[in-house]
Amino acid sequence: MTQELVLVVIKMIVVFAVALLVVAYLTYFERKIIGHMQLRLGPMRVGPHGLLQPIADGLKLFVKEDIVPHDSDRWTFYFAPILNLVCALVLLAVIPFSYNFMVTRLNIGVLYILSLASVGTIALLLAGWSSGSKYPILGGLRSAAQIFSYEIFLGFSIMGVLMISGSLDLVKIVEAQSKVWNIVYQPVAFVVYIIAALGELNRTPFDLPEAETELVAGFHTEYSGFKFAYFFLAEYANMIIVSCMAVILFLGGWKGPVLPGIVWFLIKMCAFFYFFIWVRATFPRYRYDQFMRIGWKIMLPVTLANILVTGIVMMLV
Amino acid sequence: MKDAYWPLILVLLLAVGFGVVAVLMSTLLGPKKPDPIKLSPYECGVDPVGDARMPFFVHYYVVALLFLIFDIEVVFTYPWAVYFKKLGLFGLLEMVVFIAVFLAIFIYVWGRGALEWE
Amino acid sequence: MSWSQLFFYVFAVLAVIMSLMVVTRRKAIHSAIFLILAFICFAATYIVMNAELLAAIQVLVYAGGVVGLIIFVIMLVKAEEDEVRQTHGQWIIAAFIALILVVEVAFVFLGNLVQRTGNLAGKMAQAGGNTEAVGLVLYTKYLFPFEVASVLLLAAMIGAIVLAKYKLER
Repeated sequence: MTQELVLVVIKMIVVFAVALLVVAYLTYFERKIIGHMQLRLGPMRVGPHGLLQPIADGLKLFVKEDIVPHDSDRWTFYFAPILNLVCALVLLAVIPFSYNFMVTRLNIGVLYILSLASVGTIALLLAGWSSGSKYPILGGLRSAAQIFSYEIFLGFSIMGVLMISGSLDLVKIVEAQSKVWNIVYQPVAFVVYIIAALGELNRTPFDLPEAETELVAGFHTEYSGFKFAYFFLAEYANMIIVSCMAVILFLGGWKGPVLPGIVWFLIKMCAFFYFFIWVRATFPRYRYDQFMRIGWKIMLPVTLANILVTGIVMMLV
Repeated sequence: MKDAYWPLILVLLLAVGFGVVAVLMSTLLGPKKPDPIKLSPYECGVDPVGDARMPFFVHYYVVALLFLIFDIEVVFTYPWAVYFKKLGLFGLLEMVVFIAVFLAIFIYVWGRGALEWE
Repeated sequence: MSWSQLFFYVFAVLAVIMSLMVVTRRKAIHSAIFLILAFICFAATYIVMNAELLAAIQVLVYAGGVVGLIIFVIMLVKAEEDEVRQTHGQWIIAAFIALILVVEVAFVFLGNLVQRTGNLAGKMAQAGGNTEAVGLVLYTKYLFPFEVASVLLLAAMIGAIVLAKYKLER
C-alpha cells in the first residue's frame, strides 16, 4: 500500500510538472510558429531566441496586482478560474502515455474526461457572470453555448471507436488498435472529432467567445494576475487533453515501430499541437450563426449516420 | 471501491491545493493600489452604461435545453456502444429505433426554427 | 472500518453539507456553485459503491448540463439584481414531498428490494465491468423502458421548444 502510494504520488507530480512546463512552452511555440508563418520573429528578447519568455511571463503574472472589479461577485470571481484549472489538471491523471505510464487506469476513462471537461465549461459561465461587466457576460454565454453545442456531436463522434474497441478504458482502446489505427476505420469520425475539438477549445476558426474585435477578451476580460493565468493554463492544458484523446482514440496511442511507446505518444501529440497552431495561423473566424449551423445541422446528422454505418459494417464483416 | 479510483482523490487534492495556494500567494505578493477607475467594469474607457447583468437573448437558453436533452441521448448511447459487439443485430435494430426517435426530435426542433440563429 | 466505508462516509457527509449550503445561500449563483460540488460528492459515493458509469453520468449530465441550465436561467430571469428574498411559503409542499421520499426510502430498505436484484457484483464481474453490465440489462431486459425514455425525451423537447417560442414571441 505504502509503496503504491509513493509510486502514485511520484507519477502524479511528474505528470503535473511536465504538463505545466509543456503548457508554458506551448504558448512560446505558438507565438514563435505563428510569428514565423507571418514572416515575423516572435519573442526574441528574453534568453536566446526568447526561450525564457514563458518563465518571464509566468513570473510577471504572479507578481501583478490582483484586480477585483467592484461590480464583481468576489467569491465566484475567485472560484471560477480555480474550478477551470482543476477540471483541466485532473484530466491528466488518466491519460496513458505508454502502456505502463499513467497515474491511474480507470475502466471509464473516456467518460471521466468528458464529464469533468463539461464541468470546466461551467467555470467559463461563472467567470463571465461574476465579472459584472458586459463583455465577459456575453463572452461567457457564447463560450458556454458554443461548448454545449459541440459537446453533443463530440460525444457521438467517438461512439464508433467505442463500438470497435468495446470499452471505455483508454488502455484497452489503444490495445484494440494493435494492427490498424482507428483512423482507417473511422475517417469521418476523426474529422468530426477534430472540428468538435476546435469548437470545444474555443480556438480559431471557432474563437468567437474571444473575438477581440467584438468582445475584447471574452469571459476573462476583467481578470488579471494569476487568475488570468489560470484560464490560460487551463486552455492549453485542455489542448493537451484534446490532443491526447485524439492520439488515443484515432492514432493508436503509443503504438509505433522502433522507438519506445512514450516517445511515439509525444510525437503524435506534438503533431496535433502543431496542427492547432497552424490552423490558427491559417483560417479566419467564423460568424456565430455559421458556427451554430455547422454544428447542429451538418455535424450532428453526420455523426448519427456514422454510428449506423459503423454498426452495419461491423455486422457484415 | 475499485483500486484504480483512490489516486483520483490525491490528484484532486494536489490540483485544488496548487490552484488555491498559487492564487492566494499571488494575491498576497502583488501590489494593492485600488482606485475607483481601476476597479470599475471595463467598457473601452467610457463610464459603464446601465447594468451589465441584463436579460439576454432567449436563444442561449434554448441551446442549453437542447444540450441537456441531447446529452442524455448521448449518455444512453455509451453503454450501447461498449456492449454493441455482444448485442449483435438485435442491438443494431434497437439503435435504429432509438436514432429514429432522436431524428424525430431533431426534425421537430429544426422545423420549429430552434436551430436558426438570427 | 474499511477504506471504502471511510471514503463513503466522508463523501456522504460532504454531500449533505454541500446540499445544506445549496438551500441556505442567499445568492442563487452561490447555490449553483455548491450544487456542482454536491453533485461531484454524490458521484464520489457512487464510485465507492462500484457504480462508475452512474458516477460519470452524474457529473456529465447534472454537474455539467443541469447546473449549466440553472445558471442560464439565473442569468435569464435576472434573479441576481437584488439578493433573493427567502420565503418560507412553500414549506407545506416541501414537507409533503420530503415525507413521500422518506416513505419511499423506507419502503426500499424494509421491503428488501435491494436483495431482490440479486448478486450485482457477481453479475458485473461476469459482464466485464459496470458499463458492460448496464449495457447488458438496459438493452435486453429493460429494452422497453429504454425506448419509452427516448420518447419521453421527445415530449420534453417539444415542451421546451413550445415554452421558449412563447417567451420569444412575447
